[in-house]
Amino acid sequence: MSKLPNFHSLACPAPLPPGERVLLGHGSGGRLTAQLIQQLFLPAFANDILCALEDQATLDLHHLGVAGRAGAEPRLAFTTDSFVVRPLFFPGGDIGRLAVHGTVNDLAVGGATPLFLSAAFILEEGLPLADLRRIVASMREACADAGVQLVTGDTKVVDRGKCDGAFITTSGIGVVPPGRNLALHNVRPGDCILVSGTIGDHGIAIMSQREGLEFETALQSDTAPLHDLSHTMLESCPSIRWMRDPTRGGLSGTLNELAAAAHAGVVIDEAAIPIRPEVQAACEMLGLDPLYVANEGKLVAVAPTEASEQLLDVMRRHPLGRNAARIGEVRGDHPGLVVIRSAFGGERIAPLLTGEQLPRIC
Amino acid sequence: MCLGIPGRVVDVHREQDILMGKVDFGGVTKSICLECTPQVQPGEYVIVHVGFALQVIDEARAQDVFRFLVQMGETDEFALAEGVSPMSGGAYQNAPDGETPP
Amino acid sequence: MRYQTEYRDPAAARRLLEAIRAITTRPWTLMEVCGGQTHAIVKYGLDELLPAEIDLVHGPGCPVCVTPIELIDKAVALAARADVIFCSYGDMLRVPGSSRDLLSVKASGGNVRIVYSPLDCLQIAEQNPRHLVVFFAVGFETTAPANALAVQQARRRGLDNFAVLVSHVLVPPAMQAILASPDNRVQGFLAAGHVCTVMGWSDYEPLSEQYRVPIVVTGFEPVDILDGIFRCVSLLEQGGHGVENRYTRAVRREGNPAARRLIAEVFEVTDRMWRGIGTIPQSGFRLRPEWSPYDAERRFTFEPLRNPEAEACLSGLILQGRCKPTDCAAFGGSCTPDHPLGATMVSAEGACAAYFRYRQSRQHQTA
Repeated sequence: MSKLPNFHSLACPAPLPPGERVLLGHGSGGRLTAQLIQQLFLPAFANDILCALEDQATLDLHHLGVAGRAGAEPRLAFTTDSFVVRPLFFPGGDIGRLAVHGTVNDLAVGGATPLFLSAAFILEEGLPLADLRRIVASMREACADAGVQLVTGDTKVVDRGKCDGAFITTSGIGVVPPGRNLALHNVRPGDCILVSGTIGDHGIAIMSQREGLEFETALQSDTAPLHDLSHTMLESCPSIRWMRDPTRGGLSGTLNELAAAAHAGVVIDEAAIPIRPEVQAACEMLGLDPLYVANEGKLVAVAPTEASEQLLDVMRRHPLGRNAARIGEVRGDHPGLVVIRSAFGGERIAPLLTGEQLPRIC
Repeated sequence: MCLGIPGRVVDVHREQDILMGKVDFGGVTKSICLECTPQVQPGEYVIVHVGFALQVIDEARAQDVFRFLVQMGETDEFALAEGVSPMSGGAYQNAPDGETPP
Repeated sequence: MRYQTEYRDPAAARRLLEAIRAITTRPWTLMEVCGGQTHAIVKYGLDELLPAEIDLVHGPGCPVCVTPIELIDKAVALAARADVIFCSYGDMLRVPGSSRDLLSVKASGGNVRIVYSPLDCLQIAEQNPRHLVVFFAVGFETTAPANALAVQQARRRGLDNFAVLVSHVLVPPAMQAILASPDNRVQGFLAAGHVCTVMGWSDYEPLSEQYRVPIVVTGFEPVDILDGIFRCVSLLEQGGHGVENRYTRAVRREGNPAARRLIAEVFEVTDRMWRGIGTIPQSGFRLRPEWSPYDAERRFTFEPLRNPEAEACLSGLILQGRCKPTDCAAFGGSCTPDHPLGATMVSAEGACAAYFRYRQSRQHQTA
């Protein structure tokens, strides 16, 4: 006899059908974001590269008129991102550091060596220059750490109240070595899914500063550049199928993207997901699911299952992969769905949230 | 309407004439209202819901279900443990008799 | 986390499951009346692990689901005012009223804020003397002491720019309404542990006697829930009834006297409308007359309700456990989580939304 259904969601409840205004949920990395991309941006800019929906666009150099056989040349990776984090300065980092790391990571998970960044600033009238100096200094340091150069930029100022202090939009260019081709369509049933470390650190660190929810914790954002980790992983295991950094929308957002685009099922062993006790505690307190909380210094990798032990070993030797774990696998059944297996043997679905995950009391 | 979680009271003080306390939830601490648990002492655990402590956790009773499981294991009898009648309220054997009716 | 992790021990859970399996000889229908318990059951997949004879039905345990549509409309109207800062728990932001929800009011420029505790609103009121701070006081008895204290403190601090929009509902009258229904199939109840932490369990004794059903006060972690189910099934198998407390670390028969005093000073019992069910007599709280300056419903006048609930919606029957979502003609077609017709599809913990996602997975498995 059918019992209570098999689901898990903290989005309580569902919103009204699309209205006339942008909602916060359009930026959450969940279903509303996906709808906006599918229904507004893709049709407008339709091209094969954009429609692959990877974190970076990998471009054959012959597109630029560079001679040589397509496939044997290194390719250009190109990405863009924007940063609107509040507060501007948070435990473990600031918007500038985040902007550099985030852009570098979008390139790194495509197997690219990041080289050049651009940064466009939209500043709010009244932002203290001392704050801007801090942000810029932070970006300089982050660029040096990542071995990238910030080579072009722009600045605009808007009236007081029209933006939250500062917004930063970046783009990044990197080089993908010949023969390397990470893509969602590489993923096969039976592949293993690895994560490079503990989840939810960034989102909870930010939330601890959020007005109305403040709590004390030693937790810091995990913001970090992942290019060296990804390079090390790919050198040791060229058969890695695909990687992504689970930022907004959290680990579940990334797993759902994987399941949807690869037309595969994903099964995750909940007990295997690394999480700091303080993140767990904060999530319990606020009624949040760590699966949906943002990360800024972690990556998810899909690889052939026979490579998983060696890959984990390599990851754990790296400072940014100490808590790396194998968390699940790709399957042929229930394509498009992410299933979480609890320590009790029960299963539930981790759906794509429609909008923002909100703290709950119920 | 139920999201109450356990936390350890670190300190007790008054703020604007309300009894408040710093409560540690396994590594994160938050300021919680203790007006409903005025007798609570630092070191004790409380159940917290929407920023309020609803009850002090009875540490002795917290072991009830585990004692019960041990007894079940000993008798290897999954039915009602001996001496327990359907009418008894709670019926944990060897637990301190308190609020549950005999 | 102490007093939490140990109640999630898979070995203890397995032992309890074995015990339940060993004593179950007949089909039984149990109901829990608490969104938090449903959440845990589904999160840990406990319902899948129970023997097939046990049908766990979800009752009207989600105050978010059962808040009347008229109150949502009032909340929306208040939040849209330029002179109001509207504060709410996160859960309430997406509940649709007859035309919009609080989140869309926020998107249109309304000052809508999520708070963790009602006391946070007092701080907001102090910092914004030219705005009226309205708090959406939704919940079962569990949340009432906090709301009562907030109102008392507002008076003590001389804050005249604070008000509450009250949507408190009580569990025992809802259980009575379910038990009194001629079509009732529920044979045993898990009582909501934290409601009982505040109120105790004496209100359930007359119900248990009158309808001869076991009612087991149950906690929220997997071991707690399985233990509660075990006791309930034990009683049913023995032909017994009565009220038992299995959440012994947090519940006493008299509840929390300090919390109950707080509630009694500020609130009185009243009839309440439950979305999808109808009016249940003496099933809610309202502010006592002496606190009426803090009652948002009395400080403002509101336009009458524009769109009644969709007629196709069966959420009332579903909330009472009398039919399943799949029995409803609108289910999955004109009614889905993205365009819900009623309460049980609106909330992710409502039965219809949950079934919708489960059915989605079943379709994929058979495809």
